[in-house]
Amino acid sequence: MPKLKIPVNKKDHQTGNQQSKIILVEYGDYQCPHCGIAYPLVKKLLAQFGNDFRFVFRNFPLQEIHPEAMLAAQAAEAAGNQNKFWEMHDLIFEHQNNLSGDFLIKGAERLHLTMDQFIADSTSEAVVSRVENDFEGGIRSGVNGTPSFFLNGDKLNSYNATYESLAQAVRKSIP
Amino acid sequence: MILRKGISAPNFELNATPDQKLKLTDFKGKRVILAFYPADWSPVCSDQMALYSASLKYFHKHNAEILGISVDSKWCHMAFGQNHKIHFPLLADFEPKGKVSKEYGVYNESEGVCQRALFVIDEEGMIQWSYLSPDGINPGADGILEALEKMNNAKP
Repeated sequence: MPKLKIPVNKKDHQTGNQQSKIILVEYGDYQCPHCGIAYPLVKKLLAQFGNDFRFVFRNFPLQEIHPEAMLAAQAAEAAGNQNKFWEMHDLIFEHQNNLSGDFLIKGAERLHLTMDQFIADSTSEAVVSRVENDFEGGIRSGVNGTPSFFLNGDKLNSYNATYESLAQAVRKSIP
Repeated sequence: MILRKGISAPNFELNATPDQKLKLTDFKGKRVILAFYPADWSPVCSDQMALYSASLKYFHKHNAEILGISVDSKWCHMAFGQNHKIHFPLLADFEPKGKVSKEYGVYNESEGVCQRALFVIDEEGMIQWSYLSPDGINPGADGILEALEKMNNAKP
């Protein structure tokens, strides 16, 4: 079974109980419809068990088939530089069908980001290489499509696009 | 039986486009990844080939080129490659059907298609790693990268 090769570290975007040792990692693509399906499931999971586990999102944009995915990932990372990663992440998934450069700018305005900074960061080498590093780490961990989940370092093959498949796995790992 | 590490990779000459053929020996001095897959257009393969297209940069870092192989015709490959924006050659093991897949031991006789299998071949044409994946499962690229890294480490 594939294992998470890059351990969760402080550079990761984390939410839920950040002290928890139960960690769910998603490798996702903002333009992937299957990730769009997983998005509200993870939200619900965080609402129900958010005190019991940590959630980490890493980028895995398949640019060839999803031309807007890379820029969306960069926008979320740029928002992260202004401590609004999750807000941008949510906004993007909630408007996944309307992704475009314009939409990302409007989204950043709506989140009251400092726009000059956001625009500069979105295409900065630091942000691009961060997304690429996520991607490379994903390949090494056996990510073969999106979304791919890892629970406590093991690839979660039981995920079948239902809430129950995620909830059951997380519930089982809560002592 | 799938060919294993230490065996010299059988040479082949297959259409990569309607008017271009590629031979394994064209790649001498480079490493070659062969990705046999059952069919263009079927959902799992498409994800797998899209993944490899996005992973090219990491293969190139290790002096490796990747070639996809299935029994689909050169015209089918052309349409599939354009539609899925695949940036590496897709070879047609079409006539005689499955000849190369059979030589590598990865032909599915009952379905008449290639099995889903990966080979990593070194600069001298020797197989250094091979893997047969269950048909419905996209094997990802982690095994390929690990094999390439191992080859780097084994170099004097």
